[in-house]
Amino acid sequence: MKDVSIRVEGLSKRYRIGKRRRYQTLREVWTDSFYEPIRRLSRFARRPSTNRDEGGAPREGWIWALREVSFNIKQGEAVGIIGGNGAGKSTLLKIASRITKPTEGYAEVHGRVGSLLEVGTGFHPELTGRENIYLNGAILGMKRYEINRKFDKIVAFAETEKFLDTPVKHYSSGMFVRLAFAVAAHLEPEILIVDEVLAVGDIGFQKKCFGKMNELSANQGRTVLFVSHNMEAIQRLCFKCLLFEDGKLIAYDNKATTVALYLSRNSCEAPPNRWIDMSTMSRTGTGEARFVKVQYSSLDETTGYQPYSGGPLEFLFDIVSDSHRSIGSIAATLYDLSGGKLVNADSILQGQALTLRKGLNRVRLRIKKLYLNPGVYRLGLWLGNPIDANSGGSGFDFVQSAFHMEVVPQESEIRKLGMKPKHDGVVTCEIDILEAT
Amino acid sequence: MMMQDQKSHRATADSQEESPVAAGTLPVVMIQPPKGWNALELGEVWAYRELLYFLIWRDIKVRYKQTVLGAAWAIIMPFFAMVVFSLFFGQLAKMPSEGLPYPIFSYSALVPWMYFANALTQASNSLVSNETLITKVYFPRLIIPTAAVLSGMVDFAIAFVVLVGMMLFYGVTPTAAIWTLPFFVLMTAATALGVGLWLSSLYVQYRDVRYVMPFLIQFWLFATPIVYPSSLVPQQWRAFYGLNPMAGVVEGFRWALLGHGQAPGLLLVASVLTTAAFLASGLYYFRRMEDTFSDVV
Repeated sequence: MKDVSIRVEGLSKRYRIGKRRRYQTLREVWTDSFYEPIRRLSRFARRPSTNRDEGGAPREGWIWALREVSFNIKQGEAVGIIGGNGAGKSTLLKIASRITKPTEGYAEVHGRVGSLLEVGTGFHPELTGRENIYLNGAILGMKRYEINRKFDKIVAFAETEKFLDTPVKHYSSGMFVRLAFAVAAHLEPEILIVDEVLAVGDIGFQKKCFGKMNELSANQGRTVLFVSHNMEAIQRLCFKCLLFEDGKLIAYDNKATTVALYLSRNSCEAPPNRWIDMSTMSRTGTGEARFVKVQYSSLDETTGYQPYSGGPLEFLFDIVSDSHRSIGSIAATLYDLSGGKLVNADSILQGQALTLRKGLNRVRLRIKKLYLNPGVYRLGLWLGNPIDANSGGSGFDFVQSAFHMEVVPQESEIRKLGMKPKHDGVVTCEIDILEAT
Repeated sequence: MMMQDQKSHRATADSQEESPVAAGTLPVVMIQPPKGWNALELGEVWAYRELLYFLIWRDIKVRYKQTVLGAAWAIIMPFFAMVVFSLFFGQLAKMPSEGLPYPIFSYSALVPWMYFANALTQASNSLVSNETLITKVYFPRLIIPTAAVLSGMVDFAIAFVVLVGMMLFYGVTPTAAIWTLPFFVLMTAATALGVGLWLSSLYVQYRDVRYVMPFLIQFWLFATPIVYPSSLVPQQWRAFYGLNPMAGVVEGFRWALLGHGQAPGLLLVASVLTTAAFLASGLYYFRRMEDTFSDVV
């Protein structure tokens, strides 16, 4: 159990700006090859050890997607990889799954790797569900007898028995995703690499996926590397976390510590009653409609508009939409600092859709009574249509970590009886004191 | 939460029959920066032969999906080319066909040629059209163009059946040399793969290949003795002419099947050597560029 599974030493990967090298035409190559020897000579004259020129000032037009990353993962560990967009997470997964080669350093991988960087890689729309199970299985590295053996389990897991002989182009997106994940979930490599694929399907199926992933890592001793922006998923599945920022590994510790560090670095406490800019936040979703500004307030001057236990909490959202559309779900979610979801104020609870005009809209959302004890909480914002059984649900915008806000004790109570004790749980409630008779 | 995880972990780890940890020594893979010229590692391709099989199977299954005529296309294309050639070159231009009826003279060449042209086009496009596979999954990339070349075999077989029918119709009996035919088929595939390896890896980098392909194929068609007999080529140029491997293949086809001409000697030697050169250089170039495919495609 203590054997090393993945050893990474000084791993770096450099890309041209734009993440990929752009296509060249032959004419460019000819002119380049004419100038290249001259360029190379002058570079050689400036710096004798051409090999190390990366160490100095960043070369123009190049970007380090990963920079001198080193870590060890033991067999049977489930490790989460977190970090903002472009932090290097996906690049690391691509190197570990041998899709791309590092620029420097090395990775040593013990055992068969199954990588799931995308759900349904290689699925062909014209082929039937049955045929795609075989094709996709083979692409992911399964042998035919393995697929034969697991075929029934895969079909049962995907819940698509009825449509086995229908071409997948006629599948709903939900069915497609279920089938694709089912194949991947039955891959049994020693090391499983998963990139943000659990954010698919309906909630029931997501739970099933979690269960399966948990079974693979915890019960069967497989190593799991798991990238997600979903801190709850990370907390549920992983023991440890790697935190990346700008291509550098900045923390490798147990999950709670690393997640807390990530969240604190990516979010700051914002004052109430003032517009907070959302346009630069790290987010997911299609962006067809998105948050641009947010403000919150308790509407109570005595606490300086700071939200307080048992008081109201009102949000104002400025939302830009690309077109006239109706939104089934807009939500403000409060998390504790280790990522646990505490309160989800979702318009879906009211069961009515909200209509957005093309362009700028202002939406007011009020939590009538906030049952949270004093403390610092993190706010997440969600805009989308509800997830139903047959479509994956469409998220327009999801800012998981918008900012932190502090919930304060209510002024009046403090005056009357002094401070409440500090450790009295996360949530509060309304109580009646029944008189003793 | 974490405590619970660990507990369940301990409780069930031993009871799992498929625990990979018990397997003892695991294969170790080193992932390092590209080193320039790579070894061919054909053994790895062999290890992934099932994927090769499935990709071929996919190509065949999908090829004529949602077409009205389906696999009939495999016959229509060479057949109508034969009709057009017979009309213009056979009837109007009075192209010599050395005693054979012109239709069977040209069709016997069109069968291997159509296979070659299709295989070459498919192989050259293969990497770019399988971009999603290349950027999301690891496997030896050689499998992709190889599958593209081999999946054309089905069309070849269908077109070949028609050739047999035409031989019956014209009363042409095959010669005893018919056993050499598989060799010429293999040579066609090898040439298509060799050139396809070059073009597919160039295509990843330079999209110019897309525009070069139709010209190349058309040019190559006329450099191959399809509409004319190779005897039109002066004797002193024969070996040089054989540098086009398809010249050797077509001559071989006519010789083995129709008993036409002599066993292609010097011309065939030149053709085999060129094919070998294309294949070897193509393999090495492909392996050299392989590491950059997923970043560039």
